[in-house]
Amino acid sequence: MEEEIRLMKGNEAVAHAAIRYGVDGYFGYPITPQSEILETLEELMPWDTTGMVVLQAESEVAAINMVYGGASTGKAVMTSSSSPGISLKMEGISYVAAGELPALIINCMRGGPGLGTIQPSQADYFQATKGGGHGDYRLIVLAPATVQEMADFVGLGFDLAFKYRNPVMMLADGVVGQMMEKVVLPPYRPRRTAEQIAEQCPWAVTGKPATRKPNVLTTLELDPVLMEKHNDDLQEKYRIISENEVRYQEYYTDDCEYLIMAFGSVARICLKAIEELRKEGVKVGLLRPITLWPFPSDAVERLASKVKGIIVAELNAGQMIEDVMLASKNVTPVYHFGRTGGIVPDPQEVIDSFYNYFTPEP
Amino acid sequence: MTRDYIKKPENIVAAKPRLLNDNTMHYCPGCSHGVVHKIIAQVIEEMGVEDKTIGIAPVGCAVMAYNYIDVDWIEAAHGRAPAIATAVNRLNPDRLVFTYQGDGDFAAIGTAESIHAANRGENIAIIFINNAIYGMTGGQMAPTTLEGMKTATTPYGRRVDLNGYPIKISDILAMLDGTCYVTRQAVHTPAAVKKAKKAIRQAFENALAHRGTSVVEIVATCSSGWKMTPAKANEWMAQHMTEKYPLGDLKNTVE
Repeated sequence: MEEEIRLMKGNEAVAHAAIRYGVDGYFGYPITPQSEILETLEELMPWDTTGMVVLQAESEVAAINMVYGGASTGKAVMTSSSSPGISLKMEGISYVAAGELPALIINCMRGGPGLGTIQPSQADYFQATKGGGHGDYRLIVLAPATVQEMADFVGLGFDLAFKYRNPVMMLADGVVGQMMEKVVLPPYRPRRTAEQIAEQCPWAVTGKPATRKPNVLTTLELDPVLMEKHNDDLQEKYRIISENEVRYQEYYTDDCEYLIMAFGSVARICLKAIEELRKEGVKVGLLRPITLWPFPSDAVERLASKVKGIIVAELNAGQMIEDVMLASKNVTPVYHFGRTGGIVPDPQEVIDSFYNYFTPEP
Repeated sequence: MTRDYIKKPENIVAAKPRLLNDNTMHYCPGCSHGVVHKIIAQVIEEMGVEDKTIGIAPVGCAVMAYNYIDVDWIEAAHGRAPAIATAVNRLNPDRLVFTYQGDGDFAAIGTAESIHAANRGENIAIIFINNAIYGMTGGQMAPTTLEGMKTATTPYGRRVDLNGYPIKISDILAMLDGTCYVTRQAVHTPAAVKKAKKAIRQAFENALAHRGTSVVEIVATCSSGWKMTPAKANEWMAQHMTEKYPLGDLKNTVE
């Protein structure tokens, strides 16, 4: 079937995109504000059409371990949750990263800490980009700002996950997960055959034919020399990803004298604020990271050297700002604007924040 | 009778199974794991399903089971083997998927995964080694540690007022509609080994035939953790463990 234009929520778009991409399995546990992903999949019954497995697990812990098991057999598998549930998945995510398994994990962020609120947030930036689980590992982190990107990043996420044998996290916020927009759903493509999986994933645990040695998927290595070697290999892979997979979008940066940085839904609020500021003759640009890891440090450094200051706007108390400060190397002042607790600011608050920090010359 | 005569293939009456490789096992002398590994390797070989078999190893003494039985393996996070097995079999329904888990893995930290995989009737076989102690971490109390039993964390003996009761998880699983076969076996005598082997074969056949979840509990020894000689441990097990964990079928819907 061809691509299709629909009006739907970001979470629903993820479910549709997963079936159309040819995902083999989804394992999840209900939590607001992302339950529509599991609900939509159950409603669409893809097991009858593409053969995709959909299972409501007994917990987020079980769901991420189902992903670990499914990915170990070379299948394209995914899970989704929201902040408290993602915290529960963190042990498993560390194993998936350590086992160098391809998988897609979606976090539709809500306000925390603790049980927090069901309203939108971006307070899991540190957790997603700096670790979260134990050990030195990295997730490729994609930050969608539109319903279209939530659909598109399913395919992009799996492409990157299999290319690098690394888990990918789609770090959405409750706004993009819940809001309805027009979305172009991708055309259907068939799930990979057993032969294709065997060719793409020779490491997969599929049952040992007499012709090969056993495939063992383990993250245990008691020999420190070999364990360090494994870490070195991971770090080398992360370096290659950092060099090749940085994604971001610039708006009004050609002539900008000030820069706002934001990701996800907040970038759209900031874009509206920037358009208003430009009507007042203030030249502000926007840099929106699409990959939060690898972080667009080079773009930040380049823009930082030509602006009078940077505001980092986030739905948290100041997390991405640390990466911006590192990347901008102190050549320009960097300020934070944030709301927490599930509150989403309007563009006027961003404008007020801008004038609070900066006094542009007329 | 010469050595060469004995080694002739037609004269061999017992041999190490081909799938049990020559790696030196890390298990202590007298440990039950080696025997159960051998049985599993034999059953897979006799069923001719090595190319279909995927084992899920636990965290615990058997964490490196994959080093000894030459089939494909996944090493699980502590307690999560049944969740992993669930996905492996759902995505690869023609595969023989079994988990190999100890008492701490299966009946403490992984209780939720154990119960829910069994309750969904996942077409998997669970080999559950119950030696009433945490062997790998140095002999601490397990959920199945007997009342009064001394361990590193119950140095004066397990007290039910402090530590609760030893859990009979196989009895719980037998109550669930998703299980088709729940049995409790041992490997302390040749006769017991023979019965345990038959039970494991039954569990594997159930899994391949998609009859639901099978659980084979092996009441086992831990001579190091129990601080006994291997012979004394076998004796103690037969005397005390089987009192709380009586051997035999708890459920068999297949017969």
